[in-house]
Amino acid sequence: MKRGRVWSWVAIAIGAIYFFVPLIATFEFSLRMRRGTHSFDAYAVVFSDQRFQASFLYSSVLALATIVVGVLLVVPTAYWVELRLRRLRPLVEFITLLPLVIPAIVLVFGYLRIYNSSSWLPLTASERGTDILLMFGYVSLSLPYMYRAVDTGLRAIDVRTLTEAAESLGAKWPAILFRVIFPNVRSGILSGAFLTFAIVIGEFTLASLLDRPAFGPYLQLIGANRAYEPAALAIIAFAVTWACMGLINLVGSGARGTAPAR
Amino acid sequence: MAFLSIQELRKVFGAASVVQKFDLAVERGEFISFLGPSGCGKTTVLRMIAGFERPTSGAIRVDGKNVTDLPPNRRNVGMVFQAYALFPNMTVAGNVAFGLKVAHRPQSEIAARVEEMLKLIKLPALGNRYPYQLSGGQQQRVALARALAIKPQILLLDEPLSALDAKIRVSLREEIRTVQRNLGITTIFVTHDQEEALSMSDRVVVMNEGRIEQIGTPFEIYNYPRTRFVASFVGTLNILQCRVADPARGTIMIDEQEIVASRGLNGAKAGELRSVALRPEAVSLREANGDWNRLRGTIEEVSFLGAIVRIRVRFKESAVSLDTFNSPGAPPPERGQSTIVSFARDDLLVLDGAEPA
Amino acid sequence: MVVQTIVEDFPPIAAAPRRRLSWSWLGVVPFFAFTALFLLLPTGLLMVGAFQDADGYFTLNNIRNLFTETIWNAYKISIEVSFASALLGALLGFLLAYAVIGGGLPRWLRPTLMTLSGVASNFAGVPLAFAFLATLGPTGLVTVLLMYFFNFSLRSTGFNLLSFWGLTLTYLYFQIPLMVLIMTPALDGLKKEWREASSILGATRWQYWRHVALPVLWPSFLGSALLLFANSFGAIATAYALTGSSLNIVTILLYAQIRGDVLHDQNLGYALALGMIVLTGASNIFYIWLRARSERWLK
Repeated sequence: MKRGRVWSWVAIAIGAIYFFVPLIATFEFSLRMRRGTHSFDAYAVVFSDQRFQASFLYSSVLALATIVVGVLLVVPTAYWVELRLRRLRPLVEFITLLPLVIPAIVLVFGYLRIYNSSSWLPLTASERGTDILLMFGYVSLSLPYMYRAVDTGLRAIDVRTLTEAAESLGAKWPAILFRVIFPNVRSGILSGAFLTFAIVIGEFTLASLLDRPAFGPYLQLIGANRAYEPAALAIIAFAVTWACMGLINLVGSGARGTAPAR
Repeated sequence: MAFLSIQELRKVFGAASVVQKFDLAVERGEFISFLGPSGCGKTTVLRMIAGFERPTSGAIRVDGKNVTDLPPNRRNVGMVFQAYALFPNMTVAGNVAFGLKVAHRPQSEIAARVEEMLKLIKLPALGNRYPYQLSGGQQQRVALARALAIKPQILLLDEPLSALDAKIRVSLREEIRTVQRNLGITTIFVTHDQEEALSMSDRVVVMNEGRIEQIGTPFEIYNYPRTRFVASFVGTLNILQCRVADPARGTIMIDEQEIVASRGLNGAKAGELRSVALRPEAVSLREANGDWNRLRGTIEEVSFLGAIVRIRVRFKESAVSLDTFNSPGAPPPERGQSTIVSFARDDLLVLDGAEPA
Repeated sequence: MVVQTIVEDFPPIAAAPRRRLSWSWLGVVPFFAFTALFLLLPTGLLMVGAFQDADGYFTLNNIRNLFTETIWNAYKISIEVSFASALLGALLGFLLAYAVIGGGLPRWLRPTLMTLSGVASNFAGVPLAFAFLATLGPTGLVTVLLMYFFNFSLRSTGFNLLSFWGLTLTYLYFQIPLMVLIMTPALDGLKKEWREASSILGATRWQYWRHVALPVLWPSFLGSALLLFANSFGAIATAYALTGSSLNIVTILLYAQIRGDVLHDQNLGYALALGMIVLTGASNIFYIWLRARSERWLK
């Protein structure tokens, strides 16, 4: 028993080293810009870079749009499947898992083929159209996570009984959806939303191949041309990821106490 | 010397003393139950006998040999768990054979033993099934066969019936007892269900808060509970508040009606508050003759339980529940009806403290 | 089909007017329309395109061309990197998860590990490449410190971040935590009673692992490893940012093809995509099958 515990600690120690060393190294590297001393110069350069601000803003807006569209697509579907069409659940689940099978690069290749400027739906012909296509692509990529999170939340509450209770009290379906179901799966939605944000904000493949000025391609560009800024950007990206995961934990634990009280 | 002897066993988890000074001697072939509420330490004692927990102090001897510090896999003890704990990746036969296989017994012996065991639990045809294909009752029988296959010196049963349906629980209880008698195997059965303990055991060990409250045959435990805890935990018990009237004559007052207790009032003073206990089956709705106690009251509740009809009669502050047998010729009385209940003086147990249990 | 579903699923309503039933499927139309347009159709058309020539006629030439040296090598490197990072990630992730769940460590470690795994498994793409360049690159902190303190030159060992092992090591940064996240439920399903039952039946610790724990965990383990394989097989951003186009893996080849840098043969591109889907699809289907198998046991 004692010896087993020592090995457990060894495993943890190796895991911790693997996790923290690249972060420390990256951070240290990001401070090296000024010769012979440590400074935050790289961060200053990054933050004052107009392209950084623009691309980060662009990707953030895109992420928010993705979340809104994703939620509006996933929640009613998951709710309806749970309530009325349980037989369809395996099919719906299977479809939502497909983005794990289809690599993003394949997906975007397909988009370029059907939605190019000479096709029946020329989404890529205009910038706004391409933005929308990119956003839809992100909705697709985030489907597995979003659907999982919402479905778990829905299964935890008794959707049928809640709906019947609301109906018996005279509620119409928009009221049921927005005032009964949404609040009860709020923590699931929020988890899915933050995870989506973390995925979308630095996404490279789709944005790059659709040629949009998003944060991912910007990162790649800087990486190819600069020395110290990439490290600073990696730290910033890591902080964003960390924040998203922290928020997921927060809503995950906080909602359990508050949601049923509603 | 006893076959299994447990001396001065103690177990402390951190600051909590879970088992305090546990002494027990079990004869070969005996069926012993540990009965008590959850957290009373009964499972911990069992796990110490199995070797999963190491006692803080004390000794466990099996057939004269001190096994206190032996690891579980060298004790030759069989155990059945509450949640079956069958290995999901093995068939029924594979599960039963497991103990023999890890002991590297010859194939032919294993096969014969498995067949014998499956016959014993009356599932001879299910050897090739997987656990998930069996009902709970079947799984638990397989678990029993698995435990017995290694011919253990002692069989330990950790609430083996708790996860099952009521009907299966009763039939499996009889089956376990039959198998145990036929094999003559020394058995310890942990349960929180007094009916199980009373119906199956040669002797019952009632435990509470890590201590033994009483050891005795089911008859002794039920009829002569030595402590208040045993009295209230084993069977249903009416506890009534009363005021001592005349200690010399043994009279007490319950809601201003006088009755007589034949014992238990030594040293009491007139006017003192006491609690008395009455078993439901000791109370009768018929008016009895002779020196029986009588109390007048109103029928407050009638619960039809099948063979038994449980009736609650309220006096004023106090009430008693009493059991009568159902008889198709005589429907139970109506609620609100006034009635007289009677019981023998000997059946009235005067308890020590005044506060209700 | 849909109507029948509802009738069976919802007996009380079966007696109600039929009209109400037939509207139920409308609720899932947006979902199916969306996934058809932005998930199924694009992928399906590529798969069809893989079997067409430039004029739309059926051909197996594209598939045959996959076996030309450049493309075949790209697949080989991709498979090798994915295999190595999946296998190592699965092993290390499993050990890590087991250490926290079954290793008798303090309780607070578990949620900590879960949170860190959640962060690390999502820290992929371009920034991950930056982080490893800053760590193990030519002037990375670890490289420099090894030189400074031990006079040990990473480069002299032939190690290069822009190589097979460099990419594998980088991928492990998200593969290991992903494995931790997937394996934890399976390890939780390993009941304490099984160990106790086997030990009281006379089994040693090793016998318990050999006969009970490993057979029970095997499907989840293998399934998770397959998921990790698919995960790294489809990845591109990290590799691209790390190596540019110097490491010739399938995703980078396809990326270059789409950008029009090389090949100039669209249908060959489709075949490349088809090959990827076949590989990731096969490993995912196998994963789903294995998971169903282990769930059946653990019910």
